[in-house]
Amino acid sequence: MRALVWHGKNDVRVDTVEDPAIVNPRDVIIKVTSTAICGSDLHLYHGVIPTLRAGDILGHEFMGEVVETGAKQKKLRKGDRVVVPFVIACGECFFCRKLQYSACDNSNPVDKADMSEMLFGHQMSGIFGYSHLTGGYAGGQAEYVRVPFADVGPIAVPDDLEDDKVLFLSDILPTGWMAAENCEIEEGDTVAVWGCGPIGLFAVQSAFLMGAHKVIAIDHYPHRLELARKFGAEIINFKDVDVHAALVEMTGGIGPDAVIDAVGMESHGMAPDNILDWAEQTVMLETDRPHALRQAIHACRKGGRVSIPGVYGGFVNHFPIGAVMEKGLTIRTGQTHVQKYLPRLLDMIREGRIDTTFLISHRLPLEEAREGYRLFDEEQNETTKVVLKPGMEAANGR
Amino acid sequence: MHLGRHRGHRRDTWGANLGANLGVNWGEGSTVGTWGRQIRDHLAGGRHHRNDGHGHGNAVLVIAFCALAAGVAAFAITRGSSMRNNRRIDAGDAPRHTVRRRRLPGRHNAVHVGRTVTINRPRKYLFSFWRDFSRLPQFMENVQSITVIDDKRSRWVVKGPGEMDVTFETEITEEVPGEVIAWRSSDDADVKHSGRILFRDAPDGRGTEVEAAITYVPPGGRLGQLLAKLAGREPEIQTRRELKRFKQLMETGEIADAAPRPAARA
Ligand SMILES: NC(=O)c1ccc[n+]([C@@H]2O[C@H](COP(=O)([O-])OP(=O)(O)OC[C@H]3O[C@@H](n4cnc5c(N)ncnc54)[C@H](O)[C@@H]3O)[C@@H](O)[C@H]2O)c1
Ligand SMILES: [Zn+2]
Ligand SMILES: [Zn+2]
Repeated sequence: MRALVWHGKNDVRVDTVEDPAIVNPRDVIIKVTSTAICGSDLHLYHGVIPTLRAGDILGHEFMGEVVETGAKQKKLRKGDRVVVPFVIACGECFFCRKLQYSACDNSNPVDKADMSEMLFGHQMSGIFGYSHLTGGYAGGQAEYVRVPFADVGPIAVPDDLEDDKVLFLSDILPTGWMAAENCEIEEGDTVAVWGCGPIGLFAVQSAFLMGAHKVIAIDHYPHRLELARKFGAEIINFKDVDVHAALVEMTGGIGPDAVIDAVGMESHGMAPDNILDWAEQTVMLETDRPHALRQAIHACRKGGRVSIPGVYGGFVNHFPIGAVMEKGLTIRTGQTHVQKYLPRLLDMIREGRIDTTFLISHRLPLEEAREGYRLFDEEQNETTKVVLKPGMEAANGR
Repeated sequence: MHLGRHRGHRRDTWGANLGANLGVNWGEGSTVGTWGRQIRDHLAGGRHHRNDGHGHGNAVLVIAFCALAAGVAAFAITRGSSMRNNRRIDAGDAPRHTVRRRRLPGRHNAVHVGRTVTINRPRKYLFSFWRDFSRLPQFMENVQSITVIDDKRSRWVVKGPGEMDVTFETEITEEVPGEVIAWRSSDDADVKHSGRILFRDAPDGRGTEVEAAITYVPPGGRLGQLLAKLAGREPEIQTRRELKRFKQLMETGEIADAAPRPAARA
């Protein structure tokens, strides 16, 4: 089959690789119809997530048709059309029973689990196409993909909802939703969101659906900010405006009740602390650059909530623990417990209460995935989301 | 020396040991660059414990994991104190295998390794699965087969270093139905070891806490341990992994594997 393979830093290519097959009894094999490139894939692309290996197939946002089922697969049948959560979860362990699927204890093979146990104190769950820390499972930017524990994760979608409407159930919609849920929004609350990428934009929509009085979105790309404004957010361009001062003024001097870091470990911008982070990251004194997170913590009102959907993988310097403690902030974060949110969000899409297709700026054949990465990385203002379609004819043929 | 009274302290020791201990392959050309240093910094302070030698001799790795290839349990879960240089070791409520290595008495003595997992299944069910030794190879990677000889004795065939098989007998030394199984290798075994596995109810319907502890005398001292570690079969790693695989099999009916197809299995 054809698949998007990571060869090294900023080097991905569509290669011919061997087809996947059933390995365990609860597996299914999916023929991918749509798969997307995520902000998390950019961290992998840039080589800032450890333990990725040359030859790994990327992609954790995908959907398609079930073409093979394992011997003990009781839920799915050949021909089912499903969206697959990026988190692999067993459904049986202590964490899965608590609906904390991204903490699943059983989906990361034991040898791989050792790595995250050393780094983080406890092992992580498996994730598709997302380095060997999370299992080294082959990803879904491919024609076919093996899906373990397929009786727990994938959700069947009705035929009348086209791929573009439901694909984002695999990650970014539930992630934006959980980011807003972690804000514990109360009446009258203002929520500030750093980053108007897919995660930030879904967090904006979700915060309003959860009753936020005001949402303030922060980025430096005018087009992305404009999308946030379309959903009713007030916007701040950090290139031109002092973010902290603006947030204080726009909240009557109190500060946002909740803040969302939808930027993650590779903050943009020329703020002094971010430049220091660049330097420290370069000489390996730090792995992540948390400028947006520092700013969010600094701006959050006393007693407020800090929600971090943005991905961090290692260690940061100059973390403002003083502001967290002195202001009495609550921090909530995590890889998304996708499975937990699927039925509800699917209903909301069907009822037309959440708009998902607005985000897609590019639909490309899988063969052009390399260009898709380049666009999403280098032309972020215009490229808001790239969807790859293995079935689509390549423009210049194969 | 005082170990913390609370369980949280165990993680410390474990993490520190892992630093020195982990048979992890970060991967060719992997993006681990920045990381090495960070991890070192963050683990500093604990990572030297492992380096105390445990006896000398030739590199008979066979042992190391024969003993543990099975990766199972231990014996002395003796909690409490022991002596070294006339100084009392206060393990508090922590299990024996969490005592810092350099604190253990003598340099030529047994090594204690172990691990606890919570398994979301009833205690009696887990116990009876384990009690039938012939089923253990289902999740013990390095054990080829276990033949039950009689009510107490079984014969184990374990993958040894260099792909040669090692055979030895074990004898059950303690059994409390639903709670404890302990065994030791027969006197003529190449690798002398004893194992003990404890089953206790986890709080609030969480299932069962299963604690595996194993005690063995490292065959080739430091070199033997190093070689075994390179082979990925060091008893501590092995114990941890076998126990996690047991949990996976009991909870999910299968063992997690990232291989894209059966032929690509490790
Ligand atoms: N928690 C999860 O389960 C989960 C799931 C998916 C993605 N993520 C993470 O969420 C983050 C965002 O993902 P995405 O797909 O939206 O990525 P993206 O790269 O498309 O968007 C990030 C946005 O942040 C903006 N930004 C950068 N620096 C900023 C700053 N200092 N202040 C304000 N805005 C800034 C960028 O201009 C960009 O628009 C990533 O870290 C991604 O890995 C987490
Ligand atoms: Zn994603
Ligand atoms: Zn689980």
